[in-house]
Amino acid sequence: MADIQISNLVKTYPGGSERATDDVSLQIQDGEFTVLLGPSGCGKTTLLRMIAGLELPDSGSIAIGGRDVTYLPPNKRNLSMVFQSYAVFPHRKVRYNIGFGLRMAKVPAEEIERKVQWAADLLQLGPYLDRLPANLSGGQRQRVAVARAIVMDADVLLMDEPLSNLDALLRLTFRSELKKIVQDLGTTTVYVTHDQSEALSLGDQVAVMRKGRIAQLGDPLDVYDAPADRFVGGFIGSPPMNFMDAAVSHDGGTLVLGEQQLMAPSILRSFAGRDVLLGVRAENVTVRNERSSGDVAATVLVVEPMGSTILLTVEVDGHTLKVQAPPTFRTAPHKTIWLGFAPNTMRVYDRETSMALEAK
Amino acid sequence: MAVEAPPTPAGTLAPPRRRKIPPAVLLIAPSVVFMALLLGWPVIQGILQAFRDENGFTLDFVTRMVQDPYFWPAVRNTLLLIVVMIPLQFAFAIGMALMLRTNPRLHKVHFFVWAIPLALSDLAAGLVWLAIFNDRGYLNSALSLFGIEGGSWLAYDNQASMFMCVLIAELWRATSLVLIIVVAGLQGIPKDYDEAAQVFGATFWQRLRHVTLPLLKPSLQVALILRTILAFQTFAVAQALTGQNFPLVVGETYRWYTGLQNPNVAAALALVILVVSMLTSIFYLRALRDKNQGGLR
Repeated sequence: MADIQISNLVKTYPGGSERATDDVSLQIQDGEFTVLLGPSGCGKTTLLRMIAGLELPDSGSIAIGGRDVTYLPPNKRNLSMVFQSYAVFPHRKVRYNIGFGLRMAKVPAEEIERKVQWAADLLQLGPYLDRLPANLSGGQRQRVAVARAIVMDADVLLMDEPLSNLDALLRLTFRSELKKIVQDLGTTTVYVTHDQSEALSLGDQVAVMRKGRIAQLGDPLDVYDAPADRFVGGFIGSPPMNFMDAAVSHDGGTLVLGEQQLMAPSILRSFAGRDVLLGVRAENVTVRNERSSGDVAATVLVVEPMGSTILLTVEVDGHTLKVQAPPTFRTAPHKTIWLGFAPNTMRVYDRETSMALEAK
Repeated sequence: MAVEAPPTPAGTLAPPRRRKIPPAVLLIAPSVVFMALLLGWPVIQGILQAFRDENGFTLDFVTRMVQDPYFWPAVRNTLLLIVVMIPLQFAFAIGMALMLRTNPRLHKVHFFVWAIPLALSDLAAGLVWLAIFNDRGYLNSALSLFGIEGGSWLAYDNQASMFMCVLIAELWRATSLVLIIVVAGLQGIPKDYDEAAQVFGATFWQRLRHVTLPLLKPSLQVALILRTILAFQTFAVAQALTGQNFPLVVGETYRWYTGLQNPNVAAALALVILVVSMLTSIFYLRALRDKNQGGLR
């Protein structure tokens, strides 16, 4: 186990004009589970592959446990990794696959056998040890890939979208299983995904990446509640955060939303008179059929019952919003409903830079 | 989306007609006829020619073949060439293919250049190497530049150097076939396997032994069968370089047929090559059979 220090990592692929990672720095504590999250092409996989040594950076450095590994080959880094395609060797039985890394390290046979058995029990692969990967289901192959990674006493465990090839139900069950296994192991883990719910549910810290840079790094709940910019708010959460143009009144006490007014969060006192971008999450809007004080009128466009909630698409002064209503709420398209905004759940952003505004 | 079962072909519902030829037979018939005419018939002809004279069945031709003073040297030379050449060719081809896989600069040009010998006729290749190895050839000229006196590489009494010359020329000429098969095979192996092995601590040789070569086995099998059979047929290069001084089995066949005007003994020699080639293929197919059912993934 070890910490990871990534400093000013720059990588441009041959023939590419844009930087795949653009001066990325990241600290990962010993035993921490870090998720790299972002849309495709954001550089998250490149970053992971540089930690693994499968790609070499143009500049910058990577240290694992205080040792500079930037240009070391992968086999000298004491890593283990779960690949998106599983990369379970097709010509070898499950038993050999799980013990592969130990065998390469010339661990005594009986110890390999013991560890393989332990990992197989943990991942319920016991009955399949003498099968070939071709005779396993996708989910079982995925378990073999995870078992192969956890038998190594590696400093760092890397996972490259390990759940993306599983079907939705399996992904959900294996996700919590994976979390428990990694928690019990306590290995420093870097996990790449484009699925924001995976990132929120698994990570101790989440690094949201965009265009080769880390847009926000933090505790999953912080990243969810207080996105650092419009991109993060729009990428994380299902539905994504709502954004509306608004103006702060001259006394800083209210937000002007077209014709209507809202109570402003207290941090806006220092931004009196400015135009801002208001961000609010669907579940932080209270939906009512009767007007209550401070409410804003909205017209219902679409009603989507989701089972545990009802997702409403509504229009407020030309802005389209997604809001959540309890399953008992009854409304229909074209009806007018009333929305209540709690000032402390509102986030405000600069209209030009899209960055979060903080009280001065 | 559910795929509907295809409707039953109308033909099966119609009343069965008398002795209809199954479509499979019709489809395969042209190839069968073709093979029978162009391969089967000459083989039978060859067998008849080797074992029959005016009075019927005879072993005379086989006896004459075996008693000929050139026969056993030819067999020995051919086997020696195969035993030394095939491993070298595979080592070179795999090495070259692995180098190409790292995508060095101009790797397409390298690949093209390395494949050129494949396009050359073997007699032409033999003449090229004759220009290099003969007493006043390029090799001796180059050596004399450094003040080294060259040798008579192709002298009739110097078996070892003749063997080396034929070996080098054949290596140059025929390795590209193995290279192309191996390159194609490597391209079919996802890079993930090699990367996974790297991450799990395998060194280059461990990866080659435990991951790359086993996954390459189907391609290697094809290349091995092709190359061995073709190596039994090595002829033109040795003929151009050494004439009759370094006899090979196919060269002997040629000599019996044209020089000694005896097609019967020539047919017997050709049969030896056929039988040995068949036995080798069967041996390779069995020895390299995939014990693990199921292919990649």
